[in-house]
Amino acid sequence: MIRRIAIAIVTAAVVGLLGFFLLAWRPAIAPIEPPTASSFPAEAVAKGAALSAAGHCVACHTRPGGEPFAGGYGLNTPFGIVYGTNITPDPDTGIGRWSPEAFARAMREGVSQDGSHLFPAFPYYAFTGLYDDDVKAMYAYLMTRPPVRATVPANTIPFPLNIRAFQEGWKILFFTSGRYRPDTSKGAEWNRGAYLAEALSDCGGCHTPRNPLGAEKIRDAYAGAVIDGWIAPALTEANPSPVPWTQDELMSYLRTGLGPLHGAATAATMTPVIREGLGDSTVPEADVRALAIYFADIDHASVHAAAVEPSVKRALATSYLGSGQEYDPDARLYASACISCHYNAGPSPLPARPELALNSALTLTEPTNFIQVVLKGIGNTDGAPGLVMPSYASSLTDADIARLAAYLRRTRTNLPPWNDLENKVAAIRRESAASH
Amino acid sequence: MTKFDLNGRTVSVRSPDDAALLWVIRDEIGLTGTKFGCGIGLCGACTVHVNGRATRSCITPVGAVAGAQVTTIEGLDPDGRHPLQTAWVELQVPQCGYCQSGQIMQAATLLKDYPDPTDQDINAVMAGSLCRCMTYVRIRKAIKLAAERMRGGTARG
Repeated sequence: MIRRIAIAIVTAAVVGLLGFFLLAWRPAIAPIEPPTASSFPAEAVAKGAALSAAGHCVACHTRPGGEPFAGGYGLNTPFGIVYGTNITPDPDTGIGRWSPEAFARAMREGVSQDGSHLFPAFPYYAFTGLYDDDVKAMYAYLMTRPPVRATVPANTIPFPLNIRAFQEGWKILFFTSGRYRPDTSKGAEWNRGAYLAEALSDCGGCHTPRNPLGAEKIRDAYAGAVIDGWIAPALTEANPSPVPWTQDELMSYLRTGLGPLHGAATAATMTPVIREGLGDSTVPEADVRALAIYFADIDHASVHAAAVEPSVKRALATSYLGSGQEYDPDARLYASACISCHYNAGPSPLPARPELALNSALTLTEPTNFIQVVLKGIGNTDGAPGLVMPSYASSLTDADIARLAAYLRRTRTNLPPWNDLENKVAAIRRESAASH
Repeated sequence: MTKFDLNGRTVSVRSPDDAALLWVIRDEIGLTGTKFGCGIGLCGACTVHVNGRATRSCITPVGAVAGAQVTTIEGLDPDGRHPLQTAWVELQVPQCGYCQSGQIMQAATLLKDYPDPTDQDINAVMAGSLCRCMTYVRIRKAIKLAAERMRGGTARG
């Protein structure tokens, strides 16, 4: 009897597994002769350039210092490192032999030309919303880039997670194929913004928390998440900035990396979104405005519009603190290290003087972003173009940075103190050292 | 190898990316107007401009200024006659002089942002620039004189 049950279970398991692999199976799409660059209309190429920039494709498909789109950037995931592939039209190491159908399937279904499933480190779950013409334009743009012969390192996803057929399971659980459907209760610009945010730029990729299997939690869309050691703040009403992200502020920030009432883009993860993405002149102004309109609606900026002026006034009233004859060693440290760049006289802060009392680095529930930027600084090629901040990693001790954080939280916000600061500084320092 | 613009000309330097900009400027390039003070970004003696903003060069890795425009005291004005420099000479601001190039570079950013600075503006922006000879009173005076001339108007009282 037991033997029979065991046989039945094993048989069921084998049949189930076979069935699953059958379900997961996708055919290869026949390779093509690499098309010539001249076979693509110039308008499609130009449109594809703008879309590829807004989707910041180059960020994950280029290794640091490497040829654009030739792959090799290592994306840290909780499961291992996934390397961006070579998407130049090189016939052997790139996508030169991919037909338009193969490209569209990869973009919108997460299946490679050879039929293997792609990992959702590649946001096909977002790109599935892209319209046909846009996918064709991106194909035209990529296929007309200079081909680069370059192979990328092997992913470090461990067995058995590296079995690509298992991605079918992930797809069954978390993936819905389908084009973006406009919300008819909203205007055309809002829908354009939503389309760009959801289907192309995948803003939720960083700003939406993920479940243990790495899928974005749709119910917590834009609720904020930790990404590569930085906090990507909430883009909803829960955003911690003292001043609401209005359409104007969003527009300025997304285009230039600087929002005068919010500060500068600092996180390494936001750099490509601006530098190689929305700040790029190929991206039409109207598209950036559409994104600003969309997110100003998501965070209910108009409801809080009245708060802008008093919040700015309150913040600037604290800007000089630390510069007087205060016998507070924390204030002294702040005056020596920070105030010469961060002081603002008012009536409104200068874009080149990020006002700390208005900065989410001080109002987030965790001091992560504050510690990161103090330790790393901002290089000329990071964050907002033109802005450089020195790195205090070698000059300030963990205790010093903890004191600065506590002092600013105490004097520039009305929020409860951060705890365990010194250990948090030490932990972030260790992580940064390990990742270099 | 890092490439950047120094006082209007492109330079390529061999120092490693994590070398402090201060030492690259002083030792590799040989411009010694920028001084080493505390070495931890807390005294202001090493202040230069990066993209037109006062920046502590002793804690700025040279890799961080790749492609940026760096200006030292030698490049603030082609003839060394920036209004701050002439005011400095006129009022005989320095005593030992060691911190003064940093003071002037910091003051230049101050006047760019606040052409008619109040005492509070000067206190705040200049707070990170220390002078152990205590020339602060003359520094304040010279900043106001330069501000007045740059505005072509009258100084705040």
